[in-house]
Amino acid sequence: MRGVQVIINAVLGGAIMEKWIMRSSFKFVLLAAAAAVAVGCASKPEPTPPPPLPPAVKPTPAPTPPPVPTPPPTRTGPAAGSKGDFQAKATDRVYFDLDQYTLDDADRQALQGQAQWLTQYAAARVQIEGNADERGTREYNLALGARRAEAVAGYLSSLGVNASRIETVSFGKDKPIDPGHTEEAWSRNRNAHTNVVSEAIS
Amino acid sequence: MIGTFRMILIAAIAAVSWTPLAGAQLRVTVEGVNFQPMPIAVPDFDGASPQAKDIAAQMAEVIRSDLSGSAVFRLIDPNAFIERDLDISLAPRFPDWTVIQAQALVVGNVVLESSNTMVTQFRLYDVFGGKELFAQQYTVPTADNWRRVAHKVADDIYSQLTGEAGYFDSRLVFVSESGPATNRRRRLAIMDQDGANAEHLLSGINSVLTPRFSPSSQTIIYSAYVPDARNPAITRLRVYLYDIETGRQEVLSEIEKATNYAARFSPDGRSVVMSREKGGNSDIYMIELARRTERRLTTSQAVDTSPSFSPDGQSIVFTSDRGGSAQLYVMRADGAPMACPSGGTETACRISFGQGQYTTPVWSPRGDWIAFTKQTGGKFSIGVIQPDGKGERLLTEAYLDEGPTWSPNGRVIAFFREAGPGAGPKLWSIDLTGRNLRRIPTPGDASDPAWSPILQ
Repeated sequence: MRGVQVIINAVLGGAIMEKWIMRSSFKFVLLAAAAAVAVGCASKPEPTPPPPLPPAVKPTPAPTPPPVPTPPPTRTGPAAGSKGDFQAKATDRVYFDLDQYTLDDADRQALQGQAQWLTQYAAARVQIEGNADERGTREYNLALGARRAEAVAGYLSSLGVNASRIETVSFGKDKPIDPGHTEEAWSRNRNAHTNVVSEAIS
Repeated sequence: MIGTFRMILIAAIAAVSWTPLAGAQLRVTVEGVNFQPMPIAVPDFDGASPQAKDIAAQMAEVIRSDLSGSAVFRLIDPNAFIERDLDISLAPRFPDWTVIQAQALVVGNVVLESSNTMVTQFRLYDVFGGKELFAQQYTVPTADNWRRVAHKVADDIYSQLTGEAGYFDSRLVFVSESGPATNRRRRLAIMDQDGANAEHLLSGINSVLTPRFSPSSQTIIYSAYVPDARNPAITRLRVYLYDIETGRQEVLSEIEKATNYAARFSPDGRSVVMSREKGGNSDIYMIELARRTERRLTTSQAVDTSPSFSPDGQSIVFTSDRGGSAQLYVMRADGAPMACPSGGTETACRISFGQGQYTTPVWSPRGDWIAFTKQTGGKFSIGVIQPDGKGERLLTEAYLDEGPTWSPNGRVIAFFREAGPGAGPKLWSIDLTGRNLRRIPTPGDASDPAWSPILQ
């Protein structure tokens, strides 16, 4: 008999672990419930709903009510200084070449538009999100996305936007705007997006 | 009391060698062109009660699966067995096993005691030598632990017959992915090395990246995107330390206008090495955890990322594009200049010189190889290279192969693969030799695997 070796086993489980099996069955229940709702509702969410069919029989015209005076038109566009206003007035995304983070003339023009808006709405703050295509490894693409975000942030601040109003973040390859896997999709996914994180609405 | 979910495997395993060891002469060599898997027979273990018999049969199945999965062994079909109902207290009838060409035979027995304590005994025989090579007994306080015991037995058999440490009693942490590419859910998950006992950790955190184990397997370091506390419209990428045992977690270190990522533990678990991005530039930093003291290790204007320590803690391999494209570099952990294998004295020596991009280097726990991802000609490969830059070999190729991680014995590499455009990521493994490419089963899409050390 050799010496008794007692190995104190480390605790493997954590109190907040969830059993996968429990989760999947839970999910199943939810899905079943969702399916029941979908059946009940008859309408299925589609990107483009089919146009309504013209009625087979012309309905008997109801007696026409007297015309109601239309209210004066109200402004329907986004509020000045809002995120929607920024998106309407400036190009909020610039694109990069493969493995590059330099700005070309078109990018600089777009960013001048952003800077102009930011100068007009001095209370607004932005976060520049740097993105890379899927053809790279996760950590390296994080670094590349950070360079792209910084290229934009640096240019905006050179145009007079105070650096304290600009945050950056890199999403690397993890937040594509185009889910495709073509050269076109990849070129769209190599970008820096300017996101308004504090609006300037009085 | 935190008790919403079941605790798993809280146990002490007592291991006893219960007969004297004979010198092992039966040996399978895991390397070399003439490699032949060793034929081995693992009949179902015997059990003293119907319940014990049931567990014993399942344990034998796990042992067979571990051994055949390693590709070092070829499991003989139980239908071919001549001798049945083996008794662990009696020697097997060796001729019954030589005739079916079994070189090794495992006989085991499971006893469930009244306190629910489970005692597992097994003997490993050299069939052609007609002798016992090894015998061992494991006692666990609850039969719930039978899978771990089975992995321990498989590790014993592996190490007795190969002369190398096993790797079956270990776990993988990974990112469990779901949802569309434009709005992907990425959750921290953990499972046994063979895909069993998969669980999500950390409910509510849906943007986890690059989890890695501490050397004790008790802490996971990972990155996650989280909303800023003061302005939730702002997204922060943070490094967290998460204690699996207590569920406690904390942000590693955060400073204004900088982002930490690509973090890994040092081999002694006392430090973390990581990238810090500041003003668009990523450099490598080391943080000593007890006092949170920091040291900057690179100062280049290039991307320096994905640092990984050598097992002796003396060196760090990382990715840098300082030479124009992403390549692998080795530096000393103390930052002192070193003599480079390619000549000259530098603070960091380039060790990869091929076409394409070399990223995600990970130093083997044996120290002999560095695994990496190589991107070239529109394809991705997992490869290995020696720390001096010699012996580069590519082991795989696919639309996307990324993020290698080593088995605790340094023989197997797990990674994630997207087989083609739009194919969700799945976990795979391959031997250091380039043989035995296998899928590691996961409940759904999975990426960023990291292998634990052998569990204690």
